[in-house]
Amino acid sequence: MSDVRQHADDIHEQFSDHIDVDIEDVEERLTTLVDEYKVPIDEARRSVTNHYLEEAGLERDDISGGDSEAANIEDVDEPEEWIDLTAKVIELWDPRSDAVAQVGLLGDPTGTIKFTKWAKSDLPALEEGSVYELRNVVTDEYQGRYSVKLNSTTVIEELDEDLEVGNDTSEIEGALVDMQSGSGLIKRCPEEDCTRVLQNGRCNEHGEVEGEFDLRIKAVVDDGIDAHEVIFDKDATEELTGLSLEEAKEMAMDALDTTIVADEIREDIVGTYYRIEGPTFGRYVLADDVEELGGPADPEELLIKARSM
Amino acid sequence: MSQAELTREVARRVFASEFNDSTYAFKESDDERAPNYALLPTGDRANRVFVAGTLTETEDVGDESEYWRGRVVDPTGTFFVYAGQYQPEAASVLRETEPPAYVSIVGKPRTYETDDGTINVSLRPESISVVDDETRDRWVVETAERTLDRIEAFEAWESEQEAPESASTAPTNEYAQMAHEQYDSPVVNYRNDVIQALESLETVEKDDAEATV
Repeated sequence: MSDVRQHADDIHEQFSDHIDVDIEDVEERLTTLVDEYKVPIDEARRSVTNHYLEEAGLERDDISGGDSEAANIEDVDEPEEWIDLTAKVIELWDPRSDAVAQVGLLGDPTGTIKFTKWAKSDLPALEEGSVYELRNVVTDEYQGRYSVKLNSTTVIEELDEDLEVGNDTSEIEGALVDMQSGSGLIKRCPEEDCTRVLQNGRCNEHGEVEGEFDLRIKAVVDDGIDAHEVIFDKDATEELTGLSLEEAKEMAMDALDTTIVADEIREDIVGTYYRIEGPTFGRYVLADDVEELGGPADPEELLIKARSM
Repeated sequence: MSQAELTREVARRVFASEFNDSTYAFKESDDERAPNYALLPTGDRANRVFVAGTLTETEDVGDESEYWRGRVVDPTGTFFVYAGQYQPEAASVLRETEPPAYVSIVGKPRTYETDDGTINVSLRPESISVVDDETRDRWVVETAERTLDRIEAFEAWESEQEAPESASTAPTNEYAQMAHEQYDSPVVNYRNDVIQALESLETVEKDDAEATV
């Protein structure tokens, strides 16, 4: 079956419950866009789908994907794909809008992803800590971050089992090109569950407080293709620099200045190559496993490539 | 959180020979605060670079205040690094480091026109670090790889220009197009520099022809 035919078939199936769509008609519309107007097939499919949505007076959420497939969370890398997930509800957050019934974080052994459940979809409530099979959810993307939306066609089935949740781990190899402010010896708010970093002895939430010392590094590791922001917590910082929190405090006390710690660390790590592995949180990678990189791999293969170009 | 933080500019890997040929500077928008880019002749833009090499000379060339110039040599040529009062940390490294020493530098390309009208490219450091030979060698191999990637993309674009009727899958490459319009030197030069750079690493056997001499 040709590509266009396959897509035509999918679209036809999506609408077959709602309106009477002729598959030849679908295929012709796709072919016109793809062959005559040189529209990429994804865009063509979107456009044709929209045409039928309008004709049928439906919303995008009303139609099913036809052939949603079982997927792992880590595999979600395209918006508007219809998939089935088996996932645990890790956290529920407070919805910021009345249109949203529930919002939170789902996890499976391969990673975590945000989910949104619309109020108008009228679905049963998900509970934190429970594991569900979620059929027919649709993927979405915002600024490079993926999420899934539960919609009126989604089938929710609670499973009587537990699921181990994995992290989205990243591995980066590159040069540490910058250390950002807020690195080195810092003070955190001592209030319970706060831990905000103090600015000039003040917590954004609790005002002036007696802070507790901590060590951390916010750095940029750059491989020449992407610049990644990496956070080293106290343990990772101690391991990376060989400087303990106690030693850092003594250093700051001797100098009557905490910035000396950051200066020392900066000198030690900026301009050096590292391999860093760890989970991703938003735009940050949390350094779990850090290795300083030595000499290069054998350049012979590159040389052969260069000579043959 | 500022917009600048969200879109931090990647530090390109580029050898000195190509860096010094990157004389065309441009902005992507009319906004005063829009970032400056140097156009790399192999077809990419660079607002920031990461380089490594041997610091061979340092000199305070300033009149009233300190203004340090460092020469940093890689297998293909020399980077000219300038640091003054606005780069105090980098300036102090240039002041205090005894050449020769391996260094790595994160910095921004800057162009300036000399009295005779030639355009020179220099490097304004954000940071300079003294490193070991392994870091320097790793940079040479990494930079060779990134440069070959750019050349490959450039050549894919070039062959598309020659045979526009064939349904090519080569992605559009606006910086290759720009480099083609702005520069005369053929991209093959940079491929030769890559070969030269890789051959300069001790672990690599010389070309057969050279080995038998």
